Amino acid sequence: MAVGKVTFTKVEREKLAEVLCLLNWISVVTGTILFGLGLFLRVEIQKWQEVMSEQGILYVPHMLITTGLAACCINFFGGKICLDCADTNKFLRWKLVMMPYIICTFFFTSCILAGALMCYGIRSQMEESLFMGLRNAMRYYKDTDTPGRCNLKRTVDLLQIQFQCCGNTGYRDWFQIQWISSRYLDMSSSAVVDRMRSNVEGKYLMDGVPFSCCSTFSPWPCIQHHLSTSSTQDEQSRQLNLWRRGCRQALLDHYTGIMQSIGLTVLLIWLFELLVLTGVRYLQTAMENVLRLGDPESESDGWFLENSLAETARSNFNIIKNLGKCYQVDDDPNINVPTAAAEEELPSHFIPETRTKT
Amino acid sequence: MVVMKMKFPFQKRVKLAQGLWLLSWCATVAGATTFTLGCILKTELRRRAEVMDNQDIHIVPNTLMIVGLASLGINYFASKICQDALDAGRFPRWKNFLKPYFAVSCFFTVLMLLAVIMSYAMKGSLESSLKAGLRNGIRFYKDTDTPGRCFQKQNIDRLQMEFQCCGNNDFRDWFEVQWISNRYLDFSSKEVKDRIKSNVDGRYLVDGVPFSCCNPSSPRPCIQYQLTNNSAHYNYDYQTEELNIYLRGCREALVNYYMGLMNTIGAGVLSIFLLQGSVLVSLRLLQTAMEAVAGKENTEIETEGYLLEKGVKETIMEYLDPVLKFFLLKNQVEEGSAAATTAATPTPT
Repeated sequence: MAVGKVTFTKVEREKLAEVLCLLNWISVVTGTILFGLGLFLRVEIQKWQEVMSEQGILYVPHMLITTGLAACCINFFGGKICLDCADTNKFLRWKLVMMPYIICTFFFTSCILAGALMCYGIRSQMEESLFMGLRNAMRYYKDTDTPGRCNLKRTVDLLQIQFQCCGNTGYRDWFQIQWISSRYLDMSSSAVVDRMRSNVEGKYLMDGVPFSCCSTFSPWPCIQHHLSTSSTQDEQSRQLNLWRRGCRQALLDHYTGIMQSIGLTVLLIWLFELLVLTGVRYLQTAMENVLRLGDPESESDGWFLENSLAETARSNFNIIKNLGKCYQVDDDPNINVPTAAAEEELPSHFIPETRTKT
Repeated sequence: MVVMKMKFPFQKRVKLAQGLWLLSWCATVAGATTFTLGCILKTELRRRAEVMDNQDIHIVPNTLMIVGLASLGINYFASKICQDALDAGRFPRWKNFLKPYFAVSCFFTVLMLLAVIMSYAMKGSLESSLKAGLRNGIRFYKDTDTPGRCFQKQNIDRLQMEFQCCGNNDFRDWFEVQWISNRYLDFSSKEVKDRIKSNVDGRYLVDGVPFSCCNPSSPRPCIQYQLTNNSAHYNYDYQTEELNIYLRGCREALVNYYMGLMNTIGAGVLSIFLLQGSVLVSLRLLQTAMEAVAGKENTEIETEGYLLEKGVKETIMEYLDPVLKFFLLKNQVEEGSAAATTAATPTPT
């Protein structure tokens, strides 16, 4: 009792083969789109890699890139096969390759699905990575003379200007770190020394923010310093002066937006690949049945699975279970297996008549 | 004295017609490219229209767009003419069309060249327009509550950050203008009152610049105020400090940007001009070669093709005569009647 049985006439088989050939070529194009999307995502993540604490996020674009390349190769190969499948003689060439090809395609189609789901699921990991990364970047903002960190100031400034954000969660994050390097502090000044002494760790903390936090939409010149004690503006107008959003939220929104659109496109590509895979499976079974019937002009059945799902699972499980065994004791009568039964005397009525005569 | 006479056997005529057909389709694509380049330049100029005082520079992209559209038409007809050229039956219907066609085509091709020359020649006009526009922008920077000027601050800030520049000529332009509005000055403070009193016009001038002049590549946090006072900041010398704020003026930055854009576009348009010119020359040679075949029984004879039948000066006079006659029509009639009367009067004597 086959699953999804459909009867195909000869004309229908040929049409199916042609359509599948075309769909396979379209799949090559979608494979390149997948590759392109992976590349684009990688470039976008690399732009702001300095403010991310872990590089594990890169496995998503790498997955998309490899599946895209695999899609191109597999579907290119599939296009060639389907072109030959219209004719029963040419199909004989590909008969043995078809089943492994279908299994391969099924495997890589599920990789595409995994890639799409990863795009949606990576949000929490990215948030964590951005939180740690931004905290470190702000901490090393002042270290423009330390090798390996000299560009962090520029990166953070450009980030705040481009994404219109300030600090990690908000502008107050800048109050908790020393972002002015000691090289530019006048240690002989009593004000500076007092401020550093009043802090437990000897840091020069101030209620000010860097210039890159200034909002261009503000109608008045930017007030960056003495933000807690500013008397000319109240709290609400002070907030208008600087960017209100935190950079973590801004970057998260930016990347989530990109990954959601990419995820949606990849899901659509996955559905398309599934359609192609189903078509190839039907074509394969239909052609095999034609060969089994012997008459190339006749109708044949194509199906998804030969037996029901449970039986197929059971038979496959048995195959895998018996893969380890070298020979099968029960089935093969030609093997000389020494057992107790061979030494038993045969019952008398089995003795041939020639014996009784002598 | 014939200009550029060439012999054309039958095979060469056929080859010329085929090559010209291909060339005219390439020139059509090139015409569309010219139109697109004109659109791009116009869009770029309009983006910064708030810091330009006049729109004189827009003549360059407008000319490019007109020439692009015209060359689409010119090259379409060129391909049609050369398709019919080898067919002796269909070629004569183009006879009356060709003289005005060549006049119009030459005009637009010369206009293309003029557009390129203008893009170099108008640098001075662009510079003075930007100078006036930026001066106004800086002056009205603080007027965020005046209708019509409320976006000047935002535009200038964005401009300075994007083009990495400060002020008109350089950052010192900000010292001469009150860029902090009176609404945000604490008039009860002694310092503010002193500063306003010390100025002749009662303006609050500071030796400081807006935050958008700050350079993110600077290793130290940005110093915006008291720029010329070395003692106000630790380890700071304003004469040797290069990375703190942008030292370039916005006028220079914008002029460089636009001249770079116009140079690139100009180079492209120049090559399109050469292509268009070669199309017209080939078409003229084909036309004259085919005209010599007209009326003959054997269409495969060798003929001569030329560019101009008479010299350059005589041909121009030939084309301009009808135009001049139209404008000087009255004078001609008067001259004619005066000549008639002077001829008539001597006879009685």
